[in-house]
Amino acid sequence: MPFVPHTPEEVREMLAVIGVDSVEDLFAEITNSMRPQSFDIPEGLSEMEVLAKLEGMAAKNATDSASFLGAGFYDHYIPAAVDALTMRGEFYTAYTPYQPEASQGTLQAIFEYQTAVCRLMDMDCANASVYDGGTALYEAVMMAVRKTKRRKVVLSEALNPIYRVMLDSYITNLNLELVCVPHKNGRTDIEGLKAAIDDKTAAVLVQNPNFFGSVNDFTDLFNAAREQKAVSIISSYPVLQTLLKTPGQMGADVAVAEGQSLGLPLSFGGPYLGIMTCTKKMVRQMPGRIVGRTQDTEGRTGYVLTLQAREQHIRRQKATSNICSNQSLCALRALVHMCALGEMGMRRAARLSIERAHLCAEKLTAIPGVEMLTDGPFGNEFAVTLPVNAYEVIARLSDRGFIPGFPLGRYYEGLENGLLLACTEKTSEEHIGILAEMMKGALK
Amino acid sequence: MKTIFEKSVAGREGCWPCEGLAEEAYIPKELLRNEEAGLPSAGELDVVRHFTKLSQRNFGVDGNFYPLGSCTMKYNPKFTENVAALPGFTRLHPVLPQLQGAGRLCQGALEVMYETEKLLCEITGMNAYTLHPMAGAHGELTGVMLMAAYHRDKGNKKTKVIVPDSAHGTNPASAAIAGYEVVSIESRDGIVDPEALREVLDDDVAGMMMTCPNTLGLFEKNLPEVVAMLREVDALLYYDGANLNAVMGKIRVGDVGFDIVHLNLHKTFATPHGGGGPGSGPVGVSERVAPYLPISRVQKLEDGQFFLDYDYPKSIGYVAPFYGNFGVFLKAYAYILRLGATGLTRATENAVLSANYMRKRLEEAFEIPYNRTCMHEFVLSAVRQAEKGVRALDIAKALLDKGHHAPTIYFPLIVKECMMIEPTETENKATLDTFVDDLIAIAEMADADPEALQHAPTTLPVTRLDETKAARGMELTEDLANAT
Repeated sequence: MPFVPHTPEEVREMLAVIGVDSVEDLFAEITNSMRPQSFDIPEGLSEMEVLAKLEGMAAKNATDSASFLGAGFYDHYIPAAVDALTMRGEFYTAYTPYQPEASQGTLQAIFEYQTAVCRLMDMDCANASVYDGGTALYEAVMMAVRKTKRRKVVLSEALNPIYRVMLDSYITNLNLELVCVPHKNGRTDIEGLKAAIDDKTAAVLVQNPNFFGSVNDFTDLFNAAREQKAVSIISSYPVLQTLLKTPGQMGADVAVAEGQSLGLPLSFGGPYLGIMTCTKKMVRQMPGRIVGRTQDTEGRTGYVLTLQAREQHIRRQKATSNICSNQSLCALRALVHMCALGEMGMRRAARLSIERAHLCAEKLTAIPGVEMLTDGPFGNEFAVTLPVNAYEVIARLSDRGFIPGFPLGRYYEGLENGLLLACTEKTSEEHIGILAEMMKGALK
Repeated sequence: MKTIFEKSVAGREGCWPCEGLAEEAYIPKELLRNEEAGLPSAGELDVVRHFTKLSQRNFGVDGNFYPLGSCTMKYNPKFTENVAALPGFTRLHPVLPQLQGAGRLCQGALEVMYETEKLLCEITGMNAYTLHPMAGAHGELTGVMLMAAYHRDKGNKKTKVIVPDSAHGTNPASAAIAGYEVVSIESRDGIVDPEALREVLDDDVAGMMMTCPNTLGLFEKNLPEVVAMLREVDALLYYDGANLNAVMGKIRVGDVGFDIVHLNLHKTFATPHGGGGPGSGPVGVSERVAPYLPISRVQKLEDGQFFLDYDYPKSIGYVAPFYGNFGVFLKAYAYILRLGATGLTRATENAVLSANYMRKRLEEAFEIPYNRTCMHEFVLSAVRQAEKGVRALDIAKALLDKGHHAPTIYFPLIVKECMMIEPTETENKATLDTFVDDLIAIAEMADADPEALQHAPTTLPVTRLDETKAARGMELTEDLANAT
């Protein structure tokens, strides 16, 4: 039987030590009335057969299409060193570092990850990650609610709608009020957000670049929030964060991100990585694992999980959060990715992505009837309006192996002609040219 | 060991140098950051050596026995990594099925989800599953949200969730975070006592969360009675399936009458834990809870095509951006296919056999507070050794010196000087014997030379670390020392 090493002779020896006649005797407490009514699972296959079956299923996915899909999740190049190093068994098959002396590899890597994401976001403290960018945002909101003891949350409609619907689900039982300020042609309405903040506001939530790709400076907004003692939360795109004005510079209290683009494949939605950073003032509100540096009895530097008094295994129902595991391996991938590219490589990936997106925007808006939806600066993603329904254009082009982008009508009423396109350093100039030609043809 | 930031040399190029590009051409200067981020500048070999050396300062299942109670650190077969790395899966963009007609571009992935759900339904006897929750605790939160949605829909005003003291610590935290008042009940003789339950049970109870086998490693033999009692007040039964490795093929929680169950796929269905995640925490439900499951749900059409259905008006909505940790449940799916019905049942039987064998071999050297047939794990107490000044912590550290990862210690909270041992089915008898021999030798040493054990470990890269200093100094990044 696969992965069970005991020989029949060993089983007999073990049963003799226990003092029972058969393995089934060990399950005597499970009476007949509790036994399964069915257990209709196919018999096992060989490793070769399982691989062949899954290869067949993988082949049914059309991954050879050229794609301009983004919407917060991007196909960046991952250096080979990322897989090679993170697949090492000592990292890969370890558990949460409950015994620090036997887990210095994991713990130091998390400490370095905390340092890297803090530098990227220009914030003081980070945790060892949470599940994804959406749960990071929800946890940030809960930090603000605990800190301010207020119940109103002001957010921009230009925040990724996938995260907005997640927030809706999480707060249903919690008596919190979400106030959503509409976007203005894809721009975050900063004045509208300012006007919505009052002395009942726990937090204000924005995103940079926002869902439509538009780049902003939220310094004024965060100043306005501070005057009302509300917490400023920003969700940002980590790859561009090597270039863009930082959450720290803008005065954010909590900065979160989806870390998928830092060395994790798209993989149909997960596993991804929730990055969470905050100011020193907020750190005791931050959920999840945090690693701190300390010394051993010989005075040598070492690392441990710290500030654990906030956690579920100690505080049970009084814990700051129920989070137990984090996304440690994903955080390790992000760290190795950033180290392998280095400061310069990270900037290059960001610049190239922005450059390709601008080229793509230029080519598309040269087509009669295609216009930018949003004016002003943008990063690696942008929105256009087409003269026809975007869904139809997408269906037509994807038939021919080109997925031109995401239909804004899926989440925004009135934007049925809106198309959201993303580029990365992997998007070739040739593909941009072909897309423009195909779009021209489709709109004739 | 120096950090990668300390090893960084300004100007040294990583695997992708940067030249001749100007972001100012596209984005106005006032929207750009005013200085470099300060990420490492290191050559590829520097990076490879650094992380290889770091990895060597770590215990993993591939190198060490890891009998951490309630964590099910069994061996994870390697072939599932090849499955998860197939480009046909890793390159799939998650919004693809949301485009009109583009579901046909990801039929294989949807089929994996559909088939995995069907298998999990059969293994646990539930009506339907969502794969969305991204970890066990996330599954618990989802489960309690489902509980709340069920009662809200029925117009029930219920405020309390019951959690036994032998449940996982995440259970009360999940219930509280979802907005419920948590009522704790004490176990009697290690399991839930129907009389104790009777005392706290009233119409305000929305549900009860059971861990079975519980954190003492014991089977909750009063399950049918508990189910019947909860039904009387229209409360839902939640099963924490983190310990499912002990009961596959022996009990199906759906058949016993549970309404909600979460599984830790990475534990029972063998996905490496990566130093603390990612996991995967699918939630199964009975028929009456199914309408509230998160969207989207995979469905199969008559022609054999798969599609994502978002049309569930009673759904609690989204708990994850997409479909959960796809890469993780892909491995679980491959593992279930490999083992089949017999293999899954054998895994359970041998996990339980190994745990009972170790328990018996250790019963003279240690106090065993519940010394009867256990499931996949059991709890020792080091109270006898503690009288000599050797605490569970010291024993754990001494085990590290002998090359074993330590058991879970000081959990569950209801046993003094607790050590919780879970050998799993994948370790051979020789490994179990070596561990037991070493643990008995440590117990003997606790009698003979207790002080020596208080200095363990001595063979690892660091000796005992000052946790108080870490909490007080709050040095959480290379740049943040002595913050307040």
